[in-house]
Amino acid sequence: MRDALIKSLFQLADKDPNLMLLTGDLGYGVFEEFERKYPKQYLNVGVAEQNMMGVAVGLALEGKIIFTYSIGNFPTLRCLEQIRNDACYHELNINIIATGGGFSYGGLGMSHHATEDIAIMRALPGVTVLVPSTSEESESAVIDLYKAKGTGYLRLDKSKFENAKSINNISIGKANVLRQGDDITLIAAGGIAEEAMKAADILSKSNIECRVLSLFSVKPIDISAIRSACEDTSGIVTIEEGNLAGGMGSAISEVCLDNGFKPIIFKRLGLNDKYSSIVGSQEYLRSVYKINYKEIVSYILKESDKWQK
Amino acid sequence: MLDKEETQELAKKVRIHAVKMVNNGGSSHIGSVLSIVDILAVLYGRVMQYRSSEPKWIDRDRFILSKGHAGVGVYAVLAECGFFNVIELNKHYQDGSIFSGHVSHKGIPGVELSTGSLGHGLPVSAGMALAAKIDKKDHKIFVVMSDGELDEGSNWEAFMFASHHGLSNLTAIIDRNKLQSMKTTEETLSLEPLRDKLIAFGWNVIEVDGHNHDELFLAIDSYTKKPKVIIANTIKGKGVSYMENEIAWHYRTPNGELFDQAMKDLGEKT
Repeated sequence: MRDALIKSLFQLADKDPNLMLLTGDLGYGVFEEFERKYPKQYLNVGVAEQNMMGVAVGLALEGKIIFTYSIGNFPTLRCLEQIRNDACYHELNINIIATGGGFSYGGLGMSHHATEDIAIMRALPGVTVLVPSTSEESESAVIDLYKAKGTGYLRLDKSKFENAKSINNISIGKANVLRQGDDITLIAAGGIAEEAMKAADILSKSNIECRVLSLFSVKPIDISAIRSACEDTSGIVTIEEGNLAGGMGSAISEVCLDNGFKPIIFKRLGLNDKYSSIVGSQEYLRSVYKINYKEIVSYILKESDKWQK
Repeated sequence: MLDKEETQELAKKVRIHAVKMVNNGGSSHIGSVLSIVDILAVLYGRVMQYRSSEPKWIDRDRFILSKGHAGVGVYAVLAECGFFNVIELNKHYQDGSIFSGHVSHKGIPGVELSTGSLGHGLPVSAGMALAAKIDKKDHKIFVVMSDGELDEGSNWEAFMFASHHGLSNLTAIIDRNKLQSMKTTEETLSLEPLRDKLIAFGWNVIEVDGHNHDELFLAIDSYTKKPKVIIANTIKGKGVSYMENEIAWHYRTPNGELFDQAMKDLGEKT
């Protein structure tokens, strides 16, 4: 997904000399070509995220369109107040790219597990929160954020759903339908969509056809896709590589309750208010914390008598 | 451009507005406001290029108040310099008002950046200075910081950044009144030797009497190749006898006889 993102950044930088990419000293082996090609549009500010966001704000106040880049929690939590007071409140076109969402850097330890970022970033008024699960979504996200006024957050992770064939147009505010189905809706954000797709394949063998949505745009959220999931299928199972409190599943539950949607079943899979003090691959940690395809399958099979036709 | 007598008159008016606003609003931080009034008067009266009728004039010099709690002083100087009517100042701290305690840009012409949390102004100013360099613009960026604010690490990230990028169009003015929220700066978290620290960070450092308009003007107006920091030695509460160097006036509101006394000290009839 990162390659797709870089491709979009090159396209935009080529067209618009006002676009600038700021990195907090991360992106080794990634940004060298960008720096060589667009030296005036590239800035490594050093390992100083608060200053990176402040400088981004100063540049944006003067008309630049900014992308900041770092990994995990560094470009968000480390400078959260600069994002809130300086970027968001001043309604500036500053877009934060964090790679390493969820357990992407599972082996590096708790400091590098980005598991509350979606909840925290979506809590800030006016921030667009995009969590792509495919390369196509990632490529589109950069362009969408560039065009959109205001502050954006783009969360990438190492995993992705491969072989995605987009059924609808990818755009801010729209869920991306990865698979059609009318029995139950699985909603994922980020590379963990691969788990939802795997679960859908398995359930299909039991004649349960899952609709799978990539909630690429966590904020603004696609209310009509959630309405359809509640009215045209028997309910929703959400899966996210992050803490449940305030996360993507929470956002969906808010939409359901606020709008009087009544899914027959509703289940959120994610981290249950914990940090991981063990390390491991993304796949391994998903299995430890029960946020993988197996959990989706077993939950749906267990609950299926509630809604079976 | 005003002369020295005129900037002193401007400072006097701003002080009177400030004390009246804080009294009227029941707000605080008057000591911190009075501390920087002379700096504001020299900047707005004598140094900065701007058009009050065209606040977003592209070639204007930019001013950032990083110590946002002294917003009253900025509102007052902007009103006196024609950005909006002085009557607006009466709205400070009233229900529904946009004239908040900490300086706000929303709907207030002339304010570039809303601040209030310390340690934000210098990084943003550095970004603005960098943008001017990239765009080959000649305008300058001035940021007023408090000395207590230097406890915030983000400032030191920005001090490094500005010198690394040779931001000669950036001037930081430190309001060195030596008092912070509860005790002196040196009792709280020692800043000294401040001058040496700033030199070591690659800045050109000039130390002045922060209430002497000639010294302020010469320091601010001088050209340096490096980013410039002016340590303005000031007196918190300057101009009101009982407030000077008294920490209590970081928080207290002058009312009743104390308000009358303040007006008398500032040469205003009540």
